[in-house]
Amino acid sequence: MEQKDAVIIGGGPAGLAAALELYHQGIRDILILEREDHLGGILRQCIHDGFGLGRFKESLSGPEYAQIFIDEIEKYGIPFQTGSTVMDLTEERQITVINRKGVSRYQAKAVILAMGCKERSRGALGIPGERPAGVFTAGTAQAYMNLYNRMPAREVIILGSGDIGMIMARRLTLEGVHVQAVFEIMSHPSGLPRNMIQCLEDYNIPLYLSHTVTGIHGDSRLTGVTISEVDEQLKPIPGTEKEYSCDTLILSAGLIPDNQLSEEAGVALDPHTRGAVVDEHFQTSIPGVFAAGNVLHVHDLVDFVSMESEALAAEAAAYIRGEKLTACDLEIMPGKGVGHTVPQKVSGKKDFRLSLRVSGHYKDCRILVRQGTKVIGRKKMKKAIPAEMIQFTVKAEEIKGKEGLEVCVE
Amino acid sequence: MKKTCICIICPNGCEIETEVKEDGTLSLTGNTCDKGADYVRQELTAPVRTISTSVHVKGGVLPLASVRLTRPVPKEMIFPVMEQIRKISLTAPVQSGTVILRKVCGLDSDVVATRTVRAVNESQSL
Repeated sequence: MEQKDAVIIGGGPAGLAAALELYHQGIRDILILEREDHLGGILRQCIHDGFGLGRFKESLSGPEYAQIFIDEIEKYGIPFQTGSTVMDLTEERQITVINRKGVSRYQAKAVILAMGCKERSRGALGIPGERPAGVFTAGTAQAYMNLYNRMPAREVIILGSGDIGMIMARRLTLEGVHVQAVFEIMSHPSGLPRNMIQCLEDYNIPLYLSHTVTGIHGDSRLTGVTISEVDEQLKPIPGTEKEYSCDTLILSAGLIPDNQLSEEAGVALDPHTRGAVVDEHFQTSIPGVFAAGNVLHVHDLVDFVSMESEALAAEAAAYIRGEKLTACDLEIMPGKGVGHTVPQKVSGKKDFRLSLRVSGHYKDCRILVRQGTKVIGRKKMKKAIPAEMIQFTVKAEEIKGKEGLEVCVE
Repeated sequence: MKKTCICIICPNGCEIETEVKEDGTLSLTGNTCDKGADYVRQELTAPVRTISTSVHVKGGVLPLASVRLTRPVPKEMIFPVMEQIRKISLTAPVQSGTVILRKVCGLDSDVVATRTVRAVNESQSL
């Protein structure tokens, strides 16, 4: 079994940024494992612009953003294997990988989980009805169009107002497809406000809130869907059914960190993020296994994925050099109005960057970090919505004793 | 006249309250940067957008190269611009960053490739 200092699982934005930062930290014995035939991850199919505004101060397309990192990886000669799927990860940080040449195994000092996230599928949403062709997740439709030059649709209904769904509404419209409407089960849109403007409003595509799909019709190909209004408990209201004919239903109803490998290895997951429970070093419940990017918690912007992975790499590099990472015994719990936080554990001895999402829509609010009754961190927000990730630094000097922290909206 | 605009320049998506007074002057609140003010002025008079799409590539390892506009164009020109881009067919290799159509539809915006597509017979490192 070959030994490696660092094995990075996933060659998307998180994995690439982690690899480069490890390299800059002096770690040379690195291997990136990517299951697709190219590096770049989901950015390869995200041809719209708006990436890199934070990091590069310009509005790049996904492939351009990824290429900046890939060029650096190639410049420094950081080893990577594409077309290589990790089949197994163990608690002892042993990795089994399969590719066209066969099976190989590695023993890593540090494993970086950078597998990204997956889309909620029809099965996961539990939509009743027949099972014709023509029901795609937004990302699948995006791959067909932007990578494989295949047009999957003519008459489209979109379920869910996630960003990828709205971006696909625009993309399909530009290519001459008719997008009838977007239906969202929640009473508020789930994607970013700017996408509602530039992807829906600009093309006169209506968005119906508090509506969902309650029937799928068609034999070999989708012929139509039933749409119902939902009540406050998100239950369909009988009598509100309407039929829409369409040949394609696109699902954009949420992203879930892809942690199958992590779970099999025994990494503890957070039920709120559905990613690993990590400390301020981005270390999971298994020593030497680190996680960052969308596999840890779903981000809104790739710029933050890159930043988080670089922060991870600095910690992982210290671990590989044999330095002891400060023990993290203080737990952080999401309180009123907060959906989740990352990290979930801190030492209290070092400033840390707190990431969170709120669970509702708020105006002129404050995000408070409390230890007992004492407020030890705060951020004022003009508005806070679930679609946007919120980040700020919490100072160690305010943290005293062994009591856990709670984050809430006020 | 009062209107609320959501700025699309960056993901902050600032809600900007605008008011055009009777004398034609514009007052703004809610923008967190100058770009937001510029966006609103443009949006209220002559809205512009950038678009991204892809073009066919012959003999490449991928069938498509993604492209985008270098500058935003008037909103009503989006579909005429798409029409022009659709006529383009490239032959691999295609280098990301290459301008493939200058001043599309006579506008002050170029179509630029955003993906490198190697030719099938080129040695592949990726």
